[in-house]
Amino acid sequence: MSTTTHYPAQTTAEKVESRTLCVLVDNEPGVLARVVGLFSGRGYNIDSLTVSETEHQKHLSRITIVTRGTPMVLEQIKNQLDRLVPVHRVIDLTTTGPAIARELAMVKVRGTGDQRMEALRLADAFRARVIDATTESFVFEITGASDKIESFINLMLPVGLVEVSRTGVVAIARGPDGM
Amino acid sequence: MSEAIVEAKTASAEPGTEMTGADMVIKALADQGVEHIFGYPGGAVLPIYDALFQQNMVQHILVRHEQGAVHAAEGYARSTGKVGTVLVTSGPGATNAVTGLTDALCDSVPLVVITGQVPTHLIGNDAFQECDTVGITRPCTKYNYLVKSVDDLPRVLHEAFHIASSGRPGPVVVDIPKDIQFARGTYSKPTEFAHKGYRPRTKGDAEKIKQAVAMMAAAKRPLFYTGGGVINSGPAASAKLRELVKLTGFPITSTLMGLGAYPAADPQWLGMLGMHGTWEANWSMHDCDLMIAVGSRFDDRITGRIDAFSPGSKKIHIDIDPSSINKNVKVDLPIVGDCGSVLDDMLRVWRASALKPDKKAHEAWWAQIAKWRAKKSLAYSNSKVIIKPQYAIERLYELTKDRDTYITTEVGQHQMWAAQFYQFQEPKRWMTSGGLGTMGYGLPAAIGVQLAHPNSLVVDIAGEASILMNMQEMSTAVQFGLPVKVFILNNRYMGMVRQWQELLHGGRYSHSYTEALPDFVKLAEAYHAHGIRCEHPDELDGKIREMIEVRKPVIFDCVVDPSENCFPMIPSGRAHNEMLLGDAATRVEDAITEAGKMLV
Repeated sequence: MSTTTHYPAQTTAEKVESRTLCVLVDNEPGVLARVVGLFSGRGYNIDSLTVSETEHQKHLSRITIVTRGTPMVLEQIKNQLDRLVPVHRVIDLTTTGPAIARELAMVKVRGTGDQRMEALRLADAFRARVIDATTESFVFEITGASDKIESFINLMLPVGLVEVSRTGVVAIARGPDGM
Repeated sequence: MSEAIVEAKTASAEPGTEMTGADMVIKALADQGVEHIFGYPGGAVLPIYDALFQQNMVQHILVRHEQGAVHAAEGYARSTGKVGTVLVTSGPGATNAVTGLTDALCDSVPLVVITGQVPTHLIGNDAFQECDTVGITRPCTKYNYLVKSVDDLPRVLHEAFHIASSGRPGPVVVDIPKDIQFARGTYSKPTEFAHKGYRPRTKGDAEKIKQAVAMMAAAKRPLFYTGGGVINSGPAASAKLRELVKLTGFPITSTLMGLGAYPAADPQWLGMLGMHGTWEANWSMHDCDLMIAVGSRFDDRITGRIDAFSPGSKKIHIDIDPSSINKNVKVDLPIVGDCGSVLDDMLRVWRASALKPDKKAHEAWWAQIAKWRAKKSLAYSNSKVIIKPQYAIERLYELTKDRDTYITTEVGQHQMWAAQFYQFQEPKRWMTSGGLGTMGYGLPAAIGVQLAHPNSLVVDIAGEASILMNMQEMSTAVQFGLPVKVFILNNRYMGMVRQWQELLHGGRYSHSYTEALPDFVKLAEAYHAHGIRCEHPDELDGKIREMIEVRKPVIFDCVVDPSENCFPMIPSGRAHNEMLLGDAATRVEDAITEAGKMLV
C-alpha cells in the first residue's frame, strides 16, 4: 500500500479574517486571565486587547479584542468566550453592522531645527496634539483608526521617532442601540 | 470577589445563622444534599476537618492520594447523576487534584472540589504548601473561586454546585484560605439563582427541531450518533432516545462515553464507533446521508481524518454547549439545548406530523448494514491454552449481566475491549476516562461507584500497568468495606503503547514492558483484600464466580495473551472507510501515512 492518499490535501486554505469583538464581563479577579488563557490555551491570535471597567455600579468591564482566524475558528472563539462563566455578552462588531474603532497613541519624537518643524507640520495634518515638549523633543497624542496611527508613526520615523505607546483598539457600534 | 455574579432572586426567608467558615462548608454541603465527600486532610484545611469531626450530616471518605479522591468523586457523580465532592489541602493537595479536575472537565462530570489555601495575609508570599490554586486550575475547571471574605463563602459554595451541575456539567474549585475557615459570618441557605451572565440554554429552538424532523423523515440512509451528553442529561434523555430510535427505525451508534444510553442488545444498535469501533458503525458513519449527533462532540477519536469524515451526509447536531458545535466538523443544522428536552420535542413533532419515511430506502440501508455486520469485525481467534483478553471480557459479561453491575475501567487496550465486548444495556453503568484518557482512573472511580451503590457489583476492568498508578486506593476500599473487584487483564505490557509500537515503530518496544510486576495475589493480601490469579481459560468461569461471591475487595490477576492487539482500528489520520481488521495487522505500518504518524 502506498503512503499517498486519494483524499484531497488535509488543510484546505480557508481565508483568514480579522474581527473586532466586544466582551462584557464581570470585573472580578482573574477574569482577564480567563480570557487571555482561553486564547493562549487554544492557540487563537490576539492582535489587540483593551480592558477597563465601564459600568462601576454593576462591576462590569468591557474587553475589546481584535483577533484573526478562519470563519470556523472565529465562531469557536466567540462560542468559547461566551461559555466562560463571568462573560455576559460577546458581540462581533465586524459582522453585526457598522462600527467605529479607535485607538490612542502617544508618540515621542526627538530632533532639532527643520526636523522639529516637519514633525509639527505632520502632527498638524494628522490632528495630533502636542502634550509634552522640550527644546529637543515632542510627545504627540493622536487618536484615530489603527491605520491612521500606523501611517503617522511611519511618517515620524525619519523625523526622529523615539518610542510609541498605544492603547489598543476600543470599538463601539454605530447607531442608537447598545450591546 | 466584590460583587455576586449570581444575584439571589429572593433573600433567604429565615434569618441567617452565624457560624465559622468551616461550619459553613459543612452546612452548605448538607444543604446541597451531599452525603459523602472524598478527601485528604492537611494543614490548610484543618478547621474544615475539625468541623467534619463534630457532625454526622456528611460522611468523609479518606483516600490515599488526592487524585484518587477526585476520580472517586467522578465515579460517584457519574453513577448517580449527583454532584461529586472533594476536600483537599493547599499546595500538593491541590496540585495532586489537577489530573482529576482535567479528567472531569474533559468528560463533563459535575464536581465541587474544595481546596484549603494558606491564610489570606500569606497569599503571594511563597508560604509553606502555598500554590496559586486558582491560577493552576483555571484552565482545567468549568469555574473556580478564591474566597477572600467569609461573607462571600455561603453564596460561592451554593453557586459552585449550581455551576457544576447545570448546562454542560463540569468541575468547580472553591479555594478557601485558612483564616476564612476560622472567621465567623452569617450563613444563608441556597436560593433560586438569577444569573446575569451564566444562563445555559436547555430548550431547543422549535423551528430547528421541526426542520430536523423533516430532514429525518426525508433521509434515505439516516444514523444516530450519540454521546456522553445523553447520559449526562439524565435517565429521561436515554428513555427519549430509545423511544425516538424505535419510532424512526434508524440505526444507532455511540461514542465511548455514550455507551448504555441505548441497549446493546437491541438489533438497531451498531456498536461503538471511532478508532476502535465496529466495522458497521464506522461504515455507516461514512456512508450515511443524514447524521443525527446527540450529545456527542466530533472528537478526533471519532472522526478520524476530518476532511474525509462522512463526506456525503447532512448533519444535525444537538448539544447543550454551543462551543461544541462546528468546532471540528461543520454541521448543517445545529440545535443548542439539553438532549432530553430536544429529543422530547422531536418525538412530539415526529408524532404530530404525518411524515412518511422512505421505507424502501431504509430497507436497502439496513441490507447494506447487514453486509457490514457480516464482516464480524470484533471476531478474534480464541485459544484453549491461553486466555484471550476479549474472551475474558465476554465471560465477565456473561457471568455478571444478570446482576446489578457497574463497570469502570483504566485506560488502554483493556478499556477498548471492555467497550467492545461488555454489553451495556442501561445508562450510568459505565465509568471510563474518555476525553483525558487517565490511567489510574478505574479503581478510585469504582470506589466512588460502590459507595453510592453499596449492594451492587462494581468491577474495575484494568490493565496491570494502569492499576499500579492508583493502587494505593485499595487501602481505601478495604477501610470502608467497599467490595470493589479489580479485574486485571495482565499482559505485562502497556498494551496500547505496545500495539502502536508494533504497528508504527517497527516493533521497537521502548519501555512498554514491565519487567518487575508485583505478585498481585500477595499484593491483595497485603491490603487485606482477596487475591485471585487465573492463567488458563478453563479456570476462568469458576474464578470469576469466586470473585463475585467474595464480599471483599478483590484483585483478580487474569493472565492474558501478551501479543493480542485491539481491532478494528482506524489508524491515525485515516478515514472511517479505511479501518483495519485483525488479520490486516501486518499491513498496518504501510497503511499509516507520515502525517498520520504525527497524530496521537
